[in-house]
Amino acid sequence: MSTSYESGEFVDGAATGAPDPAPGYDTTEGRVFTVSGGDWDSITIDPSLANERIVVNMGPQHPSTHGVLRLILELEGESVQSARCGIGYPHTGIEKNMEYRNWTQGTAFVTRMDYLSSFFNEAGYSMAVEQLLGMTDEVPDRATVLRVILMELNRVSSHLVCLATGALELGALTAMTFGFRERELILDVFELITGLRMNHAYIRPGGLAQDMPATDDQGQDMKVRIQWTIDTLRERFKDTANLLVDNTIWMGRTSGIGYLDLTGCMSLGITGPILRATGYPWDARKETPYCGYERYEFEVPTQTSADAYGRFLIRLEEMQQSLNIVEQALDHLQPGPVMVDDPKVAWPAQLAIGSDGMGNSLDHIRQIMGTSMEALIHHFKLVTEGYSVPVGQAYQVLEAPRGELGVHVVSHGGTKPYRVHFRDPSFNNLQSVAVMCEGGQVADVVAAVASIDPVMGGVDR
Amino acid sequence: MSDDSQVVPVGAVDLGLAPVDTVAVRQGAFGASGSGDTSGFGGLVRPIEMPGASEKPYGGYFDELTEELELALADAGLPAESAIEKVVVDRGELTLYVRREHLLAVAQELRDEPGLRFEVCHSVSGVHYPADTDRELHSVVQLLSMTHRRRIRLEVTCPESDQHIPSLTDVWASADWHERETWDMFGIIFDGHPAMTRILMPDDWPGHPQRKDYPLGGIPVEYKGATIPAPDQRRSYN
Repeated sequence: MSTSYESGEFVDGAATGAPDPAPGYDTTEGRVFTVSGGDWDSITIDPSLANERIVVNMGPQHPSTHGVLRLILELEGESVQSARCGIGYPHTGIEKNMEYRNWTQGTAFVTRMDYLSSFFNEAGYSMAVEQLLGMTDEVPDRATVLRVILMELNRVSSHLVCLATGALELGALTAMTFGFRERELILDVFELITGLRMNHAYIRPGGLAQDMPATDDQGQDMKVRIQWTIDTLRERFKDTANLLVDNTIWMGRTSGIGYLDLTGCMSLGITGPILRATGYPWDARKETPYCGYERYEFEVPTQTSADAYGRFLIRLEEMQQSLNIVEQALDHLQPGPVMVDDPKVAWPAQLAIGSDGMGNSLDHIRQIMGTSMEALIHHFKLVTEGYSVPVGQAYQVLEAPRGELGVHVVSHGGTKPYRVHFRDPSFNNLQSVAVMCEGGQVADVVAAVASIDPVMGGVDR
Repeated sequence: MSDDSQVVPVGAVDLGLAPVDTVAVRQGAFGASGSGDTSGFGGLVRPIEMPGASEKPYGGYFDELTEELELALADAGLPAESAIEKVVVDRGELTLYVRREHLLAVAQELRDEPGLRFEVCHSVSGVHYPADTDRELHSVVQLLSMTHRRRIRLEVTCPESDQHIPSLTDVWASADWHERETWDMFGIIFDGHPAMTRILMPDDWPGHPQRKDYPLGGIPVEYKGATIPAPDQRRSYN
């Protein structure tokens, strides 16, 4: 339907057969029509134009492109002739910003990159800084075990969003509600431990911002609460599995879609569930362990179909394996400090969870304001100035939900990072959109992109 | 400087400590100038010394790896000394500083030689060292060998006056977007790249934002009775 705005008069173009208000213009490649919205009939009413190649901008505001991703598709009818990605819409310059804040403040930035796997960003950044500080081995065991618990729960919550939004994009609304319902259980645990649901800044260079509280909001032991969450999730995962695994429509939409074999994965540097769907069990937690992952027994699920359905099955199984790791980590969890024993790095700041969320610990304020001026000075210097990190560079890799996350940190010996670069798995993996989608149907683009599971906050940083 | 004082050439400081490369000199303590300095800290001068070239043996698998690479390069008719500027082992990580004219040959051997087999180009990014004369721009390449479970880093430098580095896209297709981002943010032109266009910034953006001489930008934050300058204008420690 088209409207003539100039005359202020409403004209139904399709009904009157009147020419479209956005007429075509001649180029070296022929006549080009630019249309946004409206009715295609007003263009294709001319039979000579019916078989033309059209360029469709899918996104960046399209609900099925998994975030602010712009796909530039060249279509001939329903078949995709070329698929390119336009990225950069949520680019916020986080890496540049970090060069102007101290090392501890960096965690508050990195947690906002890939916002669905915040703990992985925080842990990767913290471990890289610890490597520069030369205190990797000094991080207390309780902090490392808690990092593993948080990362694995985060892997589950991230995969749940992937399944939920992926299902939503293919029209499976019930699976979407299941996914977000289950995720909320995990976010509740995060909120109890860190005070926040998504962007925590909880894992800091040297350990953690503070210890896990002993009891949850119901007054029961925190370990018991996490175990209850695990048991509930195991039970509820059956709902999602029952709904989708043998579902004919789901299989029809995802089997054989977004095909990318091992050769393609190697060439494009793809890691994570996409690589494991080709049958190659590469997982950084097993191959180049960090955070004591060699202590835990878990399997690396693989599939051989190299398609969107295989990736879906892998994510389902990985969630189970992650819950197994969390259970084992709960057994490993011993009382102790959660920050390195170095007053020049560890903040003296203590926080407490009050009735209105996380805030200052009144006991700590009483001590520094009332009884010890030296403690107050020390606190002030460490928080405003921060600490210096020795000159050098480090690269820390860990297995994030979407693949291998690499954190490159360069220090010039100052109290601020000289350069921080995140090799985000979504950024790298999005390069496979063209090879997965070209030659397929336009509807399958949605399934293929959903199976890559890009998070644009991480892609654009 | 008097004759009997020891003049130490930059990049070859030997005080019985690990060798270092001076990339910059930091002055003062607060990152701000122009205001009256009554503390004396403003007179601080500290060289910034990155870890320098390491001597063999490097330890771990690094010796085996570098020998394999030297042999492979020799077979290809390229002496390792001319291709590899220096080898740095620091904090358990191996960095090969590769001369840009030989980058492609080294990359090809690293990928194809059975004893090396770096199948995956993990990341390409840039670092800007404005005070490192004629080596201002560094391209940092992280490689992964899944066959041997090894990770190494290549570092390639180019001067700001001639900011060209060969593209790795012919060796590893995954370098495509990473190199575009490095061009976008640092202005390093990767010769041979199929589509050297901006990727994160808008197409018509002027400048390369992650260079050190590019301002962070931002606006002062105003409160009732107070104004806090933008982050890069604030007085802060460096």
